[in-house]
Amino acid sequence: MADGDTQVPELAFPLDIPCLKRGAMEGTKPFVAQAEHQAKLGFPGALVPDWKDKALAKMQELAEKNRAFQVYLDICVKCGACTDKCHYFLGTGDPKNMPVARQDLLRSVYRRYFTFAGKHFPWLVGARDLTEDVLNEWYSYYHQCSECRRCSVFCPYGIDTAEITMAAREILDSVGVGQKYSNEIIGKVKDIGNNLGLNPKALRATLEDLEEDIEDDTGVSVRLPLDEKGADILLVTPSADFFAEPHIEGLIGYAKVFHEAGVSWTLSSYASEAANFGLFIGSYENMREISLRIRKAAQDLGVKRIIFGECGHAWRVAYSFLNTLAGPWDFLDQSYPVPQHILEFTWDEIQKGTLNLDPSRNDHIRLTYHDSCNVARASGMGDYPGGQFEIPRNVIRAVCNNFFDMEPDTIREATLCCGGGGGLLTDDLMDLRIKGSAPRMKALQNVTEEHGVTHMAAICAICKTQFGKVMPKYGYEMDAILSVHQLVSNAIILTGQDGEDEDEAEDA
Amino acid sequence: MLGTVYAILFYVATLILLIGVVRKIRIYARVPAPLKIPTTPAPKTRGGVVLRVFREVVFFESLYKSNKWIWLFGWVFHMALWLVLARHLRYFTQPVWGWVEIVQPFGTYAGFAMLAGLAGLWARRILVERIRYISNPSDHLMLALLMGIGASGAMTRFVAHTDIVAVKAYMLGLMRFRVGDLPADPTLLVHLGLVIVLMIVFPISKLLHAPGVFFSPSRNQVDNPREVRHVAPWAAKMEN
Repeated sequence: MADGDTQVPELAFPLDIPCLKRGAMEGTKPFVAQAEHQAKLGFPGALVPDWKDKALAKMQELAEKNRAFQVYLDICVKCGACTDKCHYFLGTGDPKNMPVARQDLLRSVYRRYFTFAGKHFPWLVGARDLTEDVLNEWYSYYHQCSECRRCSVFCPYGIDTAEITMAAREILDSVGVGQKYSNEIIGKVKDIGNNLGLNPKALRATLEDLEEDIEDDTGVSVRLPLDEKGADILLVTPSADFFAEPHIEGLIGYAKVFHEAGVSWTLSSYASEAANFGLFIGSYENMREISLRIRKAAQDLGVKRIIFGECGHAWRVAYSFLNTLAGPWDFLDQSYPVPQHILEFTWDEIQKGTLNLDPSRNDHIRLTYHDSCNVARASGMGDYPGGQFEIPRNVIRAVCNNFFDMEPDTIREATLCCGGGGGLLTDDLMDLRIKGSAPRMKALQNVTEEHGVTHMAAICAICKTQFGKVMPKYGYEMDAILSVHQLVSNAIILTGQDGEDEDEAEDA
Repeated sequence: MLGTVYAILFYVATLILLIGVVRKIRIYARVPAPLKIPTTPAPKTRGGVVLRVFREVVFFESLYKSNKWIWLFGWVFHMALWLVLARHLRYFTQPVWGWVEIVQPFGTYAGFAMLAGLAGLWARRILVERIRYISNPSDHLMLALLMGIGASGAMTRFVAHTDIVAVKAYMLGLMRFRVGDLPADPTLLVHLGLVIVLMIVFPISKLLHAPGVFFSPSRNQVDNPREVRHVAPWAAKMEN
């Protein structure tokens, strides 16, 4: 759907609950993966003839392999606590975008085939047969969930719709109905090493250009090394950092921080991607295969540490899963967490005083910060619960004088998804993305009204791309979204850099 | 005759309840959690997790964050239910335990709080459009069943007084596999009949949330994935 058709939702306040609009998003679905995309991931190329048996067998297999899936299918009491927690529901009003209703699309089938009540009294417990219509409904509505886990915060049993969505997508993949966007990208990672399909030569050229840009700007030579054996640190960052705005400004920020910290570091062309879309499609095998590239790169380059750049779901896979999927990491230096987040590194350096920071260089910015969902609710930072909220804010306050948080029920663990996460950052879902971002955009508008906020920072490649696209619909410039390390980059005065010249350059 | 019928029903219901719930708990315990998925921020220690789950099951912490009305009705219902259940221990123990004696007067009136909580939940299920949408007939029936148990129970105490001494003798007998006489009091028979139904549907219904909440990975996992390697048995096989 072209985004020109989208009715941009007007909410009275960020968590304004809409009236139910049944079927409002019924036709919405992303492009289906072609056979070639499916094949690379080990999935059938088109809907298999015995799809129903296959789907049910897969469902049973998942229930036996994943406790969350099994328990969450059984224990929902339909209390309704989650019904107003999903940004896609708030933005579209479609009741099937309420977390419990989304789960029920699959739970109703589970009940029909795997529970006593559903087998014998389907009408009583809302159980239904698995039909092709149901399969289509799954494809539509399980691609209207960004796996952001906001509902899981508010569920009295911690039922996480993301787990159900991932299972549903895996079932769909197993019968040959994959999503083009995610599966094509996973194929690229397997072939080339990153989501973009950027080959080592192009990557090297990009990095050299950036080195030149930094030297032009600052007069200081800051390196962005690639495939340097024997470096201490392997930086794994989302490939969007190599080309997209404002991501690339963040990459420059990491390079400046490493430069000032005096550490040796390198990127890898083999593992030139932090993103791991295996998470989005719920595929342990694919997620593991992508993660193992990082292990191989770390071993081949002989690094001692691994640091991840700004990326939300990548940080979930890194922080929560990398040890499981690609560990043990006993060959790395154990005096640092494995892996580490770039913000953990930068905050350590700020505390050590190695960085010469002038926050007034960000005085043209009145800033708020968007907690990315996978960082906020699916991972951590530092060595205490909630470090993922404090560390980014600590760094922001150290580099920016004008910082204002959005309303408390829209940040931290209650943060609202950008609307484009979980494998939905594709143009064929633009209508959904615009509507799903409405609650976050309203919270942003409120903090703009109250404190004159001009910019929003984020630490997720998907959030940044999504906001760059949707913020103009809500009255902001597309460059009103910033990388946190872009702010660091602005504020940092490199050793040997003439501060005053820099100011003049900026004014010019 | 009546005593025998109810005795058989009670024994069957008890077996279904025990076997059904134990079977489900075994499934929940045996199915591995392949990945660390606590909803963060989450405790970094086992002790912290015990506290987190404790707050969930005693105070309904997440529900409180979510919706104050559902929390109020749900919490009042559950806590009142505990008091009522505790009070009922007097019909299964001789001599009655000291703490049950203390709870007794509160338990009697907690029955009304329980009904009020259930009524609130039911009202929301009918009146709030979103919750009406997600409700199945079984969700209404479950509330009807619980309210029926509560109301009939209260009636045996406050309206149509049951020969409670005889009921207690019957229950103590059942526990020793001696079937005695049950007073043929309609209110009592309805009360006990509905309780039997509840016991039977427990392991095949959403009432599984009671044991299930303890197995929810998003709540019961320690947030230490970088420090401790977590691998499910089926996933470990992939490493060979």
